[in-house]
Amino acid sequence: MNTRFFGDTAILTGRSLRHIGRSPDTIVTTAITPIAMMLLFVYVFGGAIDTGSTENYVSYQLPGILLITIASGIAYTAYRLFQDKNGGMFDRFQSMPIARSAVLWGHVLTSVVANMISLVVVVLVALLMGFRTGASVLDWLAVIGILALFTLALTWLAVIPGLTAGTVEGASAFSYPLIFLPFLSSAFVPTDTMPAPVQAFAEHQPVTSIVDSIRAIFAGQDPGNEVWIALAWCVGLLVVAYVLATAAYRRRFA
Amino acid sequence: MNPTPAIEIAGLTKSYGDVHVLQGVDLTIEKGNIFALLGSNGAGKTTTVKILTTLLKADGGTATVNGFDVATQADDVRGSISLTGQFAAVDEILTARENLILIAKLRRQKNPGAIADELLARFSLTEAGNRKVATYSGGMRRRVDIAMSLIGNPSVIFLDEPTTGLDPEARLEVWQTVKELADGGTTVLLTTQYLEEAEQLADRIAILHEGRIIANGTLADLKAMFPPAKKEYVEKQPSLEDIFLAITSKSNGKPASTTTVKES
Repeated sequence: MNTRFFGDTAILTGRSLRHIGRSPDTIVTTAITPIAMMLLFVYVFGGAIDTGSTENYVSYQLPGILLITIASGIAYTAYRLFQDKNGGMFDRFQSMPIARSAVLWGHVLTSVVANMISLVVVVLVALLMGFRTGASVLDWLAVIGILALFTLALTWLAVIPGLTAGTVEGASAFSYPLIFLPFLSSAFVPTDTMPAPVQAFAEHQPVTSIVDSIRAIFAGQDPGNEVWIALAWCVGLLVVAYVLATAAYRRRFA
Repeated sequence: MNPTPAIEIAGLTKSYGDVHVLQGVDLTIEKGNIFALLGSNGAGKTTTVKILTTLLKADGGTATVNGFDVATQADDVRGSISLTGQFAAVDEILTARENLILIAKLRRQKNPGAIADELLARFSLTEAGNRKVATYSGGMRRRVDIAMSLIGNPSVIFLDEPTTGLDPEARLEVWQTVKELADGGTTVLLTTQYLEEAEQLADRIAILHEGRIIANGTLADLKAMFPPAKKEYVEKQPSLEDIFLAITSKSNGKPASTTTVKES
C-alpha cells in the first residue's frame, strides 16, 4: 500500500501540475490581488502609516501580503477538487486499485507548488518596489519553511469545502475571510493603535505571529519566541484541517 | 461445475435517511455477458453500481464481483473492474492521449504510451488524440472515457447510463463500442433508462423498480411474460430518429461508422 501511495501520489501530482502549466492564469490571478493591495498600501496609505520601525513600508507590509497570496491561492485548490468530484474523476480514481489518499495528496502538493510560484512573483514585484533584506540563505530557508507550512495548513483547510460544497462559488468563497484575516493583524499597522477588543483578537490569531516572525527574519533580527508561536499555530491548524478533511473524504467515499 | 459468476448480489439494501433506495436486490450476472439494468430515474441503478464499484457501502446484503466481496475485499474488486460513470470522467485540460497514459500509469502498465496509441487507433481518435479533451464533442468524450476503462483489461466493466445526454449519432457510436467490448469476452454491466438501448445491446435484462428487481431474463423471456402480441396493421411512418439520422448522417445511412469524427 505504501509503495503504491508514493507512486500514485507522484503520478496524480504530475497530472494536476500539468493543469497549472496549461492555465498559468491561475498563478497570475492568485498573484494579482495581493500585488494590487501592495501597490495600494505602499503608494496610497503607506505614507500616512507610522509603523514605528525604521524599515521602509514595502518591507514592513510584505509578510502580510505573502499570507494574502497564499489565502487567495488555495481557493484554486478547492476549485480543482470540486471539479474532480463533480466531473466524475474522483469516482474513476476511487474505483481503481490505487492508494485512495493519493488522490487528495496530489492536489495538496500541487497547491504547495503553485503557491510557491505565486509567492516568488509577489516577492519579485516587491523587490521592484524597493523591498530589501539582508536575510542569509538560512534565513530565507526559514521564511520558505514557515510559508510552506502555512500553505500546507490552509490547503488542507481548502480541501474541506472542495469536497463538501454544493457549488463552485461555495467551494472558493471560504477563502474570503482568510484573505481578510491579515487586516486584523500586525500585517499593515502596529496592533497597539487598535481598540482593545480588536487588538486582543489581532494579537491572538495566527497571522500576527507569522507576520512578526517573517518581518523580524527579513530585518535580520531574532524573532525570538514569536517564531515558535507561529509554528505552533501552523502545525495546530494543519492537524485540525487534516483530520477534518480526511473525515469529510471518508464520509464522501465510504 | 458452475464457474464463479462475474457479479453476485444477494439481499442488497441501501437507504438515505428515510429514502429506501435499494430494498433487497438479488442478481447474478454470468461472465462474458452484457447485462442491462433497466430502470427509471431514481430506481437505484446508480446506487447499485456505486456499491459494486466500492464507492459506496451497502446497509445490508452481500455483493461479490469476480468472486471478491465488495465490503471486505475492496482492493481485489478494484483490481478486477473499471467504472465509466454517469458523466464522462475525462480530464478536460489534458489531451485524450494524456488521459489514457495517466490511467495506464496508475494501473502500473508497461509502455503507457504504446497502450494509449493503440486505444486511440481503436477508438478512431488518433487525429484528435493530441488535442485537449475540452474541444471534443460529447460522443468523442464518451469514447475516450470508455477507452480509459479498458486499460489493464478489467474483467468487469460498469457503464452507468453511458448514453444519457448524447445526441442520437453519438449514442450509436457508443453502442458500437459496447458491442465490440463484449466480443472480447469482457463482462459489461450497463445501466440505462432507455428500453431500446437494453434491447439493442444486452444478452440479459433486469428491471429495477423501486429498489427491487421485478423482472430478469433475456429479451425473449421478458416478452414471454406479457400477453401475446396483438396484430395491428399500422402505416409505418419513419420515426423522428430515422429522419434525424437520414438528414444528419454524413456516411450514407451508416451512422455508426467510426469515421464520423466531428471537427471543432
